[in-house]
Amino acid sequence: MLISEQKPFEEILGYLNGDKNIFLIGCKGCAEGWGSGGEKQVAEMGERLQEKGKTITGSVVVDMLCDSALTRLKLRTHKKEIDAADSILVLTDGAGVQTVSELVNKVVHPGCNTLSSGGAHAEWKEAERCLECGDCMLEFTGGICPIARCSKHLLNGPCGGSQGGKCEVDPDIPCVWQEIVDQLARLGQLNKLERLVTPKNWSVSLISGPPVKRFP
Amino acid sequence: MKTKSNLERVLEAGQFAVTGELGPPQSADAEVIRKKAKILKGNVDACNVTDGQTAVVRMASWAACSIGKEEGLDPIVQMTCRDRNRIALQMDILGISALSLNNMLCLTGDHQKFGNHPMAKGVYDLDSIQFIRMVKDMRDEKKFQCGEEMTVEPRLFIGAAANPFADPFEIRAVRLAKKVAAGADFIQTQIIYNVDKFADWMKMVRDLGLHKKVKILAGVAPIKSVGAAKYMKTRVPGMDVPDSVVARLQGVPKEQVPGEGVKLCIDIINQLREIDGVAGVHIMAIEWEEVVPEIVEAAGLLPRPKLTP
Repeated sequence: MLISEQKPFEEILGYLNGDKNIFLIGCKGCAEGWGSGGEKQVAEMGERLQEKGKTITGSVVVDMLCDSALTRLKLRTHKKEIDAADSILVLTDGAGVQTVSELVNKVVHPGCNTLSSGGAHAEWKEAERCLECGDCMLEFTGGICPIARCSKHLLNGPCGGSQGGKCEVDPDIPCVWQEIVDQLARLGQLNKLERLVTPKNWSVSLISGPPVKRFP
Repeated sequence: MKTKSNLERVLEAGQFAVTGELGPPQSADAEVIRKKAKILKGNVDACNVTDGQTAVVRMASWAACSIGKEEGLDPIVQMTCRDRNRIALQMDILGISALSLNNMLCLTGDHQKFGNHPMAKGVYDLDSIQFIRMVKDMRDEKKFQCGEEMTVEPRLFIGAAANPFADPFEIRAVRLAKKVAAGADFIQTQIIYNVDKFADWMKMVRDLGLHKKVKILAGVAPIKSVGAAKYMKTRVPGMDVPDSVVARLQGVPKEQVPGEGVKLCIDIINQLREIDGVAGVHIMAIEWEEVVPEIVEAAGLLPRPKLTP
């Protein structure tokens, strides 16, 4: 069970700045259980965004968003609505956001912060996808997580050891920053790399020791 | 002048700068530092002292710098985010400035996996770019990272590293721009053997106008043996050693290889000086400091300017 809570609405609006047409995605698994991105929250988010002048091209709430095969099938039935959108807002944990960003050639915004795996990880057995850092960065990294997958948790681009798409630490490990740069290039968003990402607030993370607040 | 750094004075005077590098010992032996410092003194404008390079435990950079300062060097403290969180970094920054050390090179650091304590927990609370901004905020705004103010600020000339040979190549100049925007005063690059690729990178740097905002020191290093060249070519991440370099060293008898390595280094320095926007060279002759005077002299870089503060 991945435990998440919605990011502040103003932060989400900031992400959507410039995008008029939005497609919404939620999850009936963990996110519904924690009230961060189930049917109800997706509907509410749609209404709030419409009040702010956004057009919702459509929405879908998938049974298990982290299940790549299932999500692929579901998204296929909403192809037209997704094509009509400028970007996609995903209301669930980091694993779900990354499933969508891998399947869809669109900008994917994270609508939640992942707080904890609650003791067990979901899908993505082949690679760690979410370290439950509590302060989701996927907005700025093409929907690919450098906290979970960069050996140095770098937030401002690749270190000097990235070569041939591989991490300097192990030639079997892909350099996640190469993947991020490739993804941002595909999306025409390489300018996102120019932003100076400020030091992260680790106090909301499990990595930093005893958690202050884990559950919404 | 932002600081009392000799390196800053030389660069601000428009002189072609020379920096060297000194590796601290894997012991508490101060004499090792003094011996190396005596070789480098007068041949370089400032001298980097590495901070646990390749994640091997050695004497702390700031401590070795303090000894080097007593010997007449203008040391550049290297500091990494690998072993220190933002609390420790700021404490060290205050202490370094209080010891009258004037320069700091802000690095993320070599991953702990490469060193002699691969089981250690890496810190990486900040990355190098966030680190640069933190030093600048302390120096120019008198502010700690939390926003609180201090009475006496650290006066440090802020350096950063750049690797023109790492991937993805197309964003390397953009990453340098971020370091400049964060507050870097000078840049020292990865060791250059592929001068053509470095020149391509410098063009991207000039197109962004970065050479006018930051002083770029091109990294060089003499190679002692064919084996070392091959090792760097195949085993060191982020290094680019062209086949022609290996072939040149293989082309001379074994006993002449070190001499040829020194000649190659001098040739590269001469090529780098011709590239628009290169403000100096950084000579990394780690554990081979004794050839630095010969290299600097043969490259026509002596005497070093003596500028009064």
